Amino acid sequence: MTEIFVLTEHRKGQIRDITFEMLSKGRELSEKTNTELTAVLFGRDVKEYAKALSEYARKVLVIDDLKLENFNSETYQKALSTLITDRKPLLTLIGHTSYGLDLAPSLAASLDIPLATDCIDLGFEDGTLNVTRQMYGGKVNVNAVLRKSESYIATIRQATFPAKEGSPINGEIIELPTPLSEEAEKKHFIEYILPPAGGIDITAADVLIGIGRGIKDSNEIPPVEDLARTLGGALACSRPIVDKGWLPNDRQVGSSGKTVKPKLYIALGISGAFQHVLGMKSSDLIIAVNKDANAPIFGVADYGVVEDLFKVVPALKNKLEEMKRS
Amino acid sequence: MDIIVCVKHVPETAEADIKINPEGKTVEQSGLVFDINEWDDYALEEAVQIKEKQGGTVTAITIGPEDSDSTLRKCLARGADNGIRLTDPKFEGSDSYAIAKILHKVIKDLPFNLILTGAQAGDDGYGAVGPILAHLLGIPHVTMVKRIAINGDALRVNRELEGGLEEVVEVKTPAAASIQTGINEPRYVSIMGIRKAMQKETKILTLADTGLSENEVGEAGSWIKLQKMFVPPAEKQAEFLQGSPEEIAAKIAEMLKARGLV
Repeated sequence: MTEIFVLTEHRKGQIRDITFEMLSKGRELSEKTNTELTAVLFGRDVKEYAKALSEYARKVLVIDDLKLENFNSETYQKALSTLITDRKPLLTLIGHTSYGLDLAPSLAASLDIPLATDCIDLGFEDGTLNVTRQMYGGKVNVNAVLRKSESYIATIRQATFPAKEGSPINGEIIELPTPLSEEAEKKHFIEYILPPAGGIDITAADVLIGIGRGIKDSNEIPPVEDLARTLGGALACSRPIVDKGWLPNDRQVGSSGKTVKPKLYIALGISGAFQHVLGMKSSDLIIAVNKDANAPIFGVADYGVVEDLFKVVPALKNKLEEMKRS
Repeated sequence: MDIIVCVKHVPETAEADIKINPEGKTVEQSGLVFDINEWDDYALEEAVQIKEKQGGTVTAITIGPEDSDSTLRKCLARGADNGIRLTDPKFEGSDSYAIAKILHKVIKDLPFNLILTGAQAGDDGYGAVGPILAHLLGIPHVTMVKRIAINGDALRVNRELEGGLEEVVEVKTPAAASIQTGINEPRYVSIMGIRKAMQKETKILTLADTGLSENEVGEAGSWIKLQKMFVPPAEKQAEFLQGSPEEIAAKIAEMLKARGLV
């Protein structure tokens, strides 16, 4: 019986959530395709991880090697391509994460196995992999079909498939010899770094105003800051604002920034790409202001305003101050 | 240091209203503004900054029909020395694998120490061309790069991980790096600069020049084939507040008051 592989992603002593999300989707796919669900685990002294994974997969394939202690797409690719060549899984699932993006494309090219990246859904039809992806920053969904193959690789978007608690599988843990040689790598992991923290912890704020691409110049920020102050809240943002250096890194909300759950999140000029939405969708109340009525942010917000944010911001600030006075 | 930068001419869609054409495979292009892909913009700037410090050359390469010439010109205006455009109707429908194969055939005969690409394209968002190209060229790659420091025959780069974390990785050159937005501050190009760049000679190549067969490019040479576009189903739909900005502000203020938020 062939297999569906799920590559375990771990960092700094923890298995990352995407692993369990993929195991959950992988279990569903393995039942539909009559294949076995196999977790693939690379690392150093990872017995505890293997035990945890065995609850979710029929088999856990473990390669223990010092060279696999921290993620390195070069050593990971060597190890994973050996497993794929030996066992010919129908499908290998890898997270669409910074690690997965560094690994999956060159792995697929080296084995000439069709790859679909950033999948938000996937399934088989007559043995061929069909996927759903997004284009144009999440404004369009696409159904796509992969070239016919005996084996496929797909990277899976984070926080897309819920990590379901199924009945424990108690899978078999199989330790395999390392296929890595003494040969020196061209790429080396050095260290993790966390950019220095600024003064404000946006994860602790009750009220956040998030600004995005709708802000065209840094001098457009002060009026929004005024509104935030009136509301007793803090300013947060999506990626473009940090890229331009207008707000420090620790104000960024989303997959590459912070996850926030304030009582109120007002999104101003934020289109709502999934990377940002991931970080704020659990806010209690979301109000979005955007000029584009079809902006994806309106699929997350409780209330929407299709209007120029620079007209709404001063009007709202005046109204709130008026209310405070009365 | 000789650097090759791969760039793509794409529609700016973050703030645009996107309409899917009735055949369901393309989006309506009228009304969309095309420009250099945002990630590639940072990649080009990084290349030019490295050249300014270290010397060497920057060659910009793009694949696309005639209108993508403007993106190539922008690269030249911003400091690229050479421009190459690959164009052929047979390239239509190419995914990241097919694109990487086309780029590989041209780049393998050029001198280079470093190849830069954007981490992804704003249209199809595969995020795979850079590392596939690196594999075809037999060189190592690093993706999601937020900082590059040159250290002899190696690069020390910061890769963006999730949640604000970064990792420092060292990689031997020649190498390919795919660049994340925010790594630098792309410079402004004057109209004069663009006008001057219009005079520069660029190289135009077709499928025949690559030595690839028809079956290796376009849909036939791709891993993935687009079938149908559709509007993403919304998890929920916001209740839209109507009226003048003042009326809307009043509605929001009342709502916040009712919820004890002000």
